[in-house]
Amino acid sequence: MGKTLFEKIWDRHVVRTIEGGPSVLYIDRHFIHEVTSPQAFQGLQKRGLPVFRPKQVVATADHNVPTLHQELPIREELSRKQVDMLVQNCAAFGIDLYGLGHPYQGIVHVIGPELGVTQPGMTIVCGDSHTSTHGAFGTIAFGIGTSEVEMVLATQCLLQGRPKLMRINVEGKLREGVLSKDIILYIISQLSASGATGYFVEYAGEAIRALSMEGRMTICNMSIEMGARGGLIAPDETTFKYLQGREFSPKGDAWEKSLAYWKTLHTDADAIFDREILIRAEDIEPMITYGTNPGMGIGVSQQVPSLSSIPEKEQGNFRKSLEYMGLRDGQPIRGQKVDYVFIGSCTNSRIEDLRLVASFVKGKKKAEGVEVWIVPGSKQVEKAARAEGLDRIFEEAGFQLRQPGCSACLGMNEDKIPAGKYCISTSNRNFEGRQGPNARTLLASPLTAAVAAVTGKVEDVRAYLNAG
Amino acid sequence: MNRIISTIVPINIENIDTDQIIPARFLKATSREGFGKNLFRDWRYEQDDESKPKKDFPLNNPTWNGKVLVAGKNFGCGSSREHAAWAIKDHGFDAVVSSFFADIFRNNALNNFLLPVQVSDDFLQKIFEAANRDPSTVIDINLETQTIRIENTGEQESFDINPYKKTCLLNGYDDIDYLLSLRKEIETFENSNQSVA
Ligand code: SF4
Repeated sequence: MGKTLFEKIWDRHVVRTIEGGPSVLYIDRHFIHEVTSPQAFQGLQKRGLPVFRPKQVVATADHNVPTLHQELPIREELSRKQVDMLVQNCAAFGIDLYGLGHPYQGIVHVIGPELGVTQPGMTIVCGDSHTSTHGAFGTIAFGIGTSEVEMVLATQCLLQGRPKLMRINVEGKLREGVLSKDIILYIISQLSASGATGYFVEYAGEAIRALSMEGRMTICNMSIEMGARGGLIAPDETTFKYLQGREFSPKGDAWEKSLAYWKTLHTDADAIFDREILIRAEDIEPMITYGTNPGMGIGVSQQVPSLSSIPEKEQGNFRKSLEYMGLRDGQPIRGQKVDYVFIGSCTNSRIEDLRLVASFVKGKKKAEGVEVWIVPGSKQVEKAARAEGLDRIFEEAGFQLRQPGCSACLGMNEDKIPAGKYCISTSNRNFEGRQGPNARTLLASPLTAAVAAVTGKVEDVRAYLNAG
Repeated sequence: MNRIISTIVPINIENIDTDQIIPARFLKATSREGFGKNLFRDWRYEQDDESKPKKDFPLNNPTWNGKVLVAGKNFGCGSSREHAAWAIKDHGFDAVVSSFFADIFRNNALNNFLLPVQVSDDFLQKIFEAANRDPSTVIDINLETQTIRIENTGEQESFDINPYKKTCLLNGYDDIDYLLSLRKEIETFENSNQSVA
């Protein structure tokens, strides 16, 4: 019997298997950031241990960093301390840090691929659930807790049970105005926020193959939002082309050797999954969430579900969610007013996303009373956006192009959405309070967010594309 | 850790994500201690004000106390922050009972000797009902026999736990000690050049 892509990578990284227990899995790359690492370093210090393989660890500061005036000291004391602690720990343990002010700084899941650190066939972890993003390159990449960060720092290994395997085939072609963000929001709305718990998901099919690397990263990024341990996509010419020539991509002979290996990384025809799902690309329309978990999504032309359509057991939670969001059951989502637009986060803050937004808003102005923040995923994205003149387009539209970081995705820095306000956001979580206490988040694609920025409402982007 | 016999604190809500358990703005500490006071912060207080506890939230309601948190399905989804497990443990809980746990949360809990007990949807409802009828309902969780029992009704169910993890919990071992003991084997693995690093 053939093997799945996941099994090919997994089997190659098992150091040993404990009878009736987890496997000892070797980790090729370990990303760290300021929030989930300090207690792990503290643990090492307590045990008097060095970092086992510092050259396989890459660090950046992203969660706490301000997105305005990064050249100044961080104003908020606790944030500053946490960022300083990362600087100290990296220096003390010999880890490369792309911290504030470094030309490579940015959101950890944006910089890894951008620098070519992320490569097919690798095992990759980070103390961050959206590590699944790196799966777009055909890697086994998943988020871990701080105790596990400590284990990987100390031994470059983790104890892991092998997850079940699911394949989601997205067949056919996407309709106009539908982006990869809509694919994944649609999948999660079908499977629910817990529908893939215990699984690792491989995304396959014609519509996935047709996506750029940026589009694939958006899909894999949100795997965790349906409970999956991670998601991955087989590498192909799109992947190889993206990686060639990047800072840490293999060069010369090493490139050829890697390429030969990478080309073996696909699921064999007779391999078996624990679960397979078929999605038709034509069924997907631009998506938006109305509730407080990413599974609560609908097409923009639809209505918020009616209470009576929800199973009785779940009605309490459903009602609580709508109450928080200030929405009525059965109301159309189209026309819902928005106060803030956030274009950023490791889901949609890459140069392709910014270009798309710019191409739509060029020559237009933001709606009155709407605040629009564009937060690039990395210094390199910011630099490219400026070099291409996107900054001027944004400025003319009345948008703010800020500096890179997680920003309003989780509101750990000063970028918070005020209580009761609606924010259409290209990030990945609409949990209660995620963007600030009592903030109301509507998740959508960068295009749907761009339309909201100029109209001040949730609208169907297709109406605007057709109108030219 | 073998047996936990205690009254419960029920939070009958599904999909409780780690942003609710401990909101991001409280993740700025650099040590593991002290997160308990911010557990469920935004569900616990009005306008983020400790002098305004929401009276009907179970953690503020003197009817409910104990070492076992019982919550709706898909507990601990979302962010990987281990701070969620630290906050629950620091508040004084030794076990969380739900009909479904998110993967990362489950690992984080186990790594902090906080026992995640996964029961059937039916049994979870039985616990909520028993506690509603009588808040002094006691739950008996036995790790050795892998059973959970509602004392006053006598209803019980068995739960799964990975045998390796069970041994660790019963003996107070942690994974890092085990991995450190394998350093030689890990080096041999690296030299065999199997990995692509
Ligand atoms: S952008 Fe948001 S989801 Fe991504 S790493 Fe930062 S906080 Fe997490």
